[in-house]
Amino acid sequence: MLELIVISTLNGVLFGMLLFLLSSGLTVIFSMMGVLNFAHASFYMLGAFFGYQLTRWIGFWPALVLAPLLVGAVGMAVERYGLRNTHKHGHVAELLLTFGLAFAIEEIVSMIWGKSPMDYRIPAALDFPAFTVFSTNYPAYKIFMLAVSVAIFVALLVVLKRTRVGLIVQAALTHPNMVGHLGHNVGRVFMLVFGVGSALAGLAGVIAGPALVTQSDMASLLGPILFVVIVFGGLGSLPGAFIASLLIGLIQTFAVALNGSLASAFGPLDPGLGPSVLTDVWNVTIAQIAPVLPYVLLVLILIVRPVGLLGTRET
Amino acid sequence: MSEIATMTPEAVKEQPGALRFYGIWLIAAIALILLPLVFSSGGSLTSFSLIGIAIIFALSYNILLGQTGLLSFGHAVQYGLGGFLAVHVMNAVASHDLPIPLPFIPLVGGIGGLAFAMLVGWVMTKRAGTVFAMISLGIGELVASSSLILRSVFGGEAGITTDRTALPHMFGWSFGPQLQVYYLIAFWVMLSAVAMYALTRTPLGRICNAVRDNPERVEFIGYDPHVVRYLAYGFAGFFAGIAGGLAAVNFEIANSAYLGATQSGLVLFAAFIGGTAYFFGPILGAILVTYLQLGLTNVTTVWQLYFGIIFIGIVMFAPGGIAGLLMMHRPLVRAGSLAMVIPSYLVAALPTLALALGVILSIETVARYTASQGEGNIINLLGVPFDATKPVTWAVAAVLVVGGFLIARLSWRRVAEAWDRAATIARDRGYLA
Repeated sequence: MLELIVISTLNGVLFGMLLFLLSSGLTVIFSMMGVLNFAHASFYMLGAFFGYQLTRWIGFWPALVLAPLLVGAVGMAVERYGLRNTHKHGHVAELLLTFGLAFAIEEIVSMIWGKSPMDYRIPAALDFPAFTVFSTNYPAYKIFMLAVSVAIFVALLVVLKRTRVGLIVQAALTHPNMVGHLGHNVGRVFMLVFGVGSALAGLAGVIAGPALVTQSDMASLLGPILFVVIVFGGLGSLPGAFIASLLIGLIQTFAVALNGSLASAFGPLDPGLGPSVLTDVWNVTIAQIAPVLPYVLLVLILIVRPVGLLGTRET
Repeated sequence: MSEIATMTPEAVKEQPGALRFYGIWLIAAIALILLPLVFSSGGSLTSFSLIGIAIIFALSYNILLGQTGLLSFGHAVQYGLGGFLAVHVMNAVASHDLPIPLPFIPLVGGIGGLAFAMLVGWVMTKRAGTVFAMISLGIGELVASSSLILRSVFGGEAGITTDRTALPHMFGWSFGPQLQVYYLIAFWVMLSAVAMYALTRTPLGRICNAVRDNPERVEFIGYDPHVVRYLAYGFAGFFAGIAGGLAAVNFEIANSAYLGATQSGLVLFAAFIGGTAYFFGPILGAILVTYLQLGLTNVTTVWQLYFGIIFIGIVMFAPGGIAGLLMMHRPLVRAGSLAMVIPSYLVAALPTLALALGVILSIETVARYTASQGEGNIINLLGVPFDATKPVTWAVAAVLVVGGFLIARLSWRRVAEAWDRAATIARDRGYLA
């Protein structure tokens, strides 16, 4: 039991940090530009596929740097030539543009790489057990993923809190017009932020690709969870997104690891009904309801606290 | 004063005569009756049935997006749950010999959609805008993933089947042949379309528009936008459920794909491509999207990509959709200045067509070159065969895309200039505000 708790906590924190790599970019883009980027998870997928392809051509380590840069460039192009032109039609049009993009990117990826999972392997240099907890070997690659996510998290924090660029971004979060009046090129700041956000999503894709599955439906599987994270944390709140990422990461991981069901917990009390909704609920395992849990959380938070965990905005 | 003076002629002309108004609906009804007599093959009957279901579904979606300004990413939930309830009721009717004939089954679907919309709607419609969009997505995913767990209700991956001919017959119709199902669908299309149009004319429909445009002012005049959004959500759910019930009758099966994100995305595409600002927009969109869906699947493996590209194109260049594009020309037609624009359209059409052909050729080339799923390397474009492995094809595609883009950009600028001149004339004659 203790073994399960330790391993699941490690995995949960890891998944949570990965989620935060994605949700941080999404939150900053949303609060600055008012655009909820539907294609954000698609950038994550592009990162994974670019990482896979570049790893085959030039190796994992150059790919780790190049693939996020490529994804960032794609993101900047989307902002410059897509969103900026659509802005005059309002936020719904912008949201729909990113929705269409997410749809198109998924189709393009499955057109080029096919619909089956890629053979994206962990680099040989990291393919060894880092340490042994109880009887389980914990892979070094997961520690590497954790280290990268934490490093990016710290770097992001330092940039936002300690540099001039971070100051402008923070100001543009709440008062974009004032920042513009002070002579900053808000358009360029937006483009850069969009690029950096996409690059972070791409990085998450490159490092998550070998550990999870690299497949053309990975964006549509992760995307909705990402939106749950940022709504749950409170739209536009970075600390909220951080807490929600960790929380949902942990909940998902623990739910998958636990195999209990009502039937196994209260076996002798089996009501013995025929096949009905009740027997479905009675027999379902916690692992099976893991994919539903984030959405249950979403509904709960909306009933209890509609602005989200740390949200202040009524948008 | 001058504003009133310029508004008056248009306001007078905007009133359509009662004859013209009912005439449009009458013509639509006659067209629905005559269609299967003109195109009587089995394939076209199936297509018409699908288009009819898509029309109701898209119109119900437009109650949310077009009328109330609520962007939903989970509208298929109501559609799917309506379909499932319809299938269960059909099975119950058949096994217990209840006196409910098949034509009433879509109403059961509608009640299912309405019930679920009323259940979740209150929490969902608390806020509009982006938050509503996200919540609708979340609810959609919640129901779609739950449907795979609750196997006894949703039948797992396989779904639940039914037999529409086992229900009590009506007017001696068994509803076995597709023709009879078509007429059933046509009847419900007409009924739902009239009902939804009437809804836009009621005070509720008008206050929905007000909530879309300025919720704060609606509060000042004494209405609660939350309640209005909730009611709109309920109506949309009801009509989506009718569409789902019809789908259940048509396919004799309901499965979890009915509820999924793909279905929600398709209805959004249909409504938006058609145009959300006009009542007939989603009808055009539903016809086009269903037709493309049926037509393109035979021609290409990457038809969904073309969907995405068309949608992105509409969002970026014509956010009013097809209906918006058509209605843009109405003042020009009335002012008689449309003829000034047409030559520039014809000039612009050529490079735009070249650009489109270039994009199609490059997509097909990439698709054959990478996936090579045993379809051969020959692309047949407008009767000209292209070999995807030959550099000549790539060169042609590149020239078409780049050249088409550059010339199209120039020629569309000319269109804009011609448009400005024509619009000025229309404005002078008082047809354009």
